[in-house]
Amino acid sequence: MKYETVIGLEVHLQLATQTKVFCGCSTKFGQRPNSQTCPVCLGFPGSLPVLNEEAFYFSIKVALALNCQIQNLIKFDRKNYYYPDLPKNFQISQYDMPLSYNGVVYIAPQGSGERKRVRVKRVHLEEDAGKLVHPERENYSLVDFNRSGVPLLEIVTEPDIASTEEAYDYLVRLKSILKYLKVSDCDMEKGSLRCDANISVRPIGEEALGTKVELKNMNTFKGVRLALEYETKRQIGLAQEGEKIIQETRLWDSEKQITTSMRSKEEAQDYRYFPEPDLVPFVVDNAVIEKIKNSLPELPEAKANRFISEFGLSEYDAGVLTSQIDIADYFEECVKLYPNPKTVANWVTGDIMAQLNARNITMDELDVLPSSLTEILKMIESGVISGKMAKELLLESIETKSRPEDIVKKKDLFQISDTAKLEKMAKAVLKREKKSVRDYKSGKTNALAFLVGQIMRQTKGKANPAIVNEILKKELEG
Amino acid sequence: MKIIDKATVKHVALLSRLILNKDELELYSKQLASILSYISKLNEINTKDVPPTSHALATLKNVFRKDLLKPSLNTDDVLKNAPSKEGAFFKCPQVIEGK
Ligand SMILES: [Zn+2]
Repeated sequence: MKYETVIGLEVHLQLATQTKVFCGCSTKFGQRPNSQTCPVCLGFPGSLPVLNEEAFYFSIKVALALNCQIQNLIKFDRKNYYYPDLPKNFQISQYDMPLSYNGVVYIAPQGSGERKRVRVKRVHLEEDAGKLVHPERENYSLVDFNRSGVPLLEIVTEPDIASTEEAYDYLVRLKSILKYLKVSDCDMEKGSLRCDANISVRPIGEEALGTKVELKNMNTFKGVRLALEYETKRQIGLAQEGEKIIQETRLWDSEKQITTSMRSKEEAQDYRYFPEPDLVPFVVDNAVIEKIKNSLPELPEAKANRFISEFGLSEYDAGVLTSQIDIADYFEECVKLYPNPKTVANWVTGDIMAQLNARNITMDELDVLPSSLTEILKMIESGVISGKMAKELLLESIETKSRPEDIVKKKDLFQISDTAKLEKMAKAVLKREKKSVRDYKSGKTNALAFLVGQIMRQTKGKANPAIVNEILKKELEG
Repeated sequence: MKIIDKATVKHVALLSRLILNKDELELYSKQLASILSYISKLNEINTKDVPPTSHALATLKNVFRKDLLKPSLNTDDVLKNAPSKEGAFFKCPQVIEGK
């Protein structure tokens, strides 16, 4: 029997507000434990939460960007559970009336060539819990409440994802949108973006969903991919053997590359939700919703479409350039300075992105001015440097943080386009390389490349290869 | 029908991380039943056309604070009441499983 996978994803996103969602403590990462806490986020009796306006409107922004409906009346609820990272013994979250619902994210996994809808079930706002540290070989845990009360947006999909590739593509696209909105740094290493998954398998053609397993502890996109792949195989294996799949939570073990059952004493999840009486309800006027909708930035898909129509880029290039807002912005800045979009696109998706990948850094961290690239492109066009020199020049400009023009002047990198000088060199080479000349004349035209190479070597790559080519051809055939 | 049975009290005790002995279970079951039956008087009111209220001040809505930093407590003060601590951390019995 053939099986298919059914996946739903749950993303938790820390919002990049200055202060926590219900109190004025800082959300800054990596500070001394328990130095960013107050009676509210420590859950002291009598303290009262007041909602952070910025966190609320960031949430609305995300919801609208994900094509969600905004709830008419938004309220918060208490999700009750007892755990040391939760000082109040409840988390302020949203239960039956989430901030927003019924959204959609469009995905197009590589290779499939198809655009698919992934429905977003709900986006709601809640508070993060504290952080637990488990010292090795000790029988205690340590608690840091700096993270307690940091605004957290939960984004839940319907089980519309049918493969690991689709799950990966959804996450990449979601992250891209969130970065465009500038509502979070989306840094998985810092835990600003976390992902859990629900996964089940069923025989192809079957309507009813199989028993779902909840996957946790996947700390990177790669982890999500590996965990889902592993779990798919595990579940299909069990199903084929006729064994029962148990409904449970499993943790991804990135070292052993397996998922393991998280045996919980508390079988059923029983959070005993009830309305949070310390917070008033919230209503967003339709006019305000419209205003926020209209102020949303151009999102990746729309930008890609514009790049195709306005700059004549291929769908692929447009997709790559718009996958990250800072790369898209860089590209557009460059095009303003050097209005040849296709050439700029080639260099940005090629050399620039290769540098980002090789160094595993962001555009911001690479810190290369749009004008550095466009100066180089202008120098190629006017024949001052060759394409090969340009690549080296870009690299040096990145590494030394200096302007390409200055490097060219300092290192005397100007391309030799002086025809008289090159003619003289060509004649000398033809005199010396008699065999190649004979080969060329007997029809082996690739001997020309060898002769060009000789001159390039002699000039340490500074000769203009197009001109050298032309001169040699003229000499050989004339 | 009983308003609350012992199994439910046991379950709620487990959720609350409370260990109840036999006598306590007996006592709390009785007490909770009496509290719940008193409260359940409210069920006699017809609320079919009344929208649910989540906040006591029904007319109040959209109360926000600006995203502005306020001084946090001093870490030493934060830890002052902790029965157990290590460095700047609260210390508690080991928890290994997830939530
Ligand atoms: Zn606080």
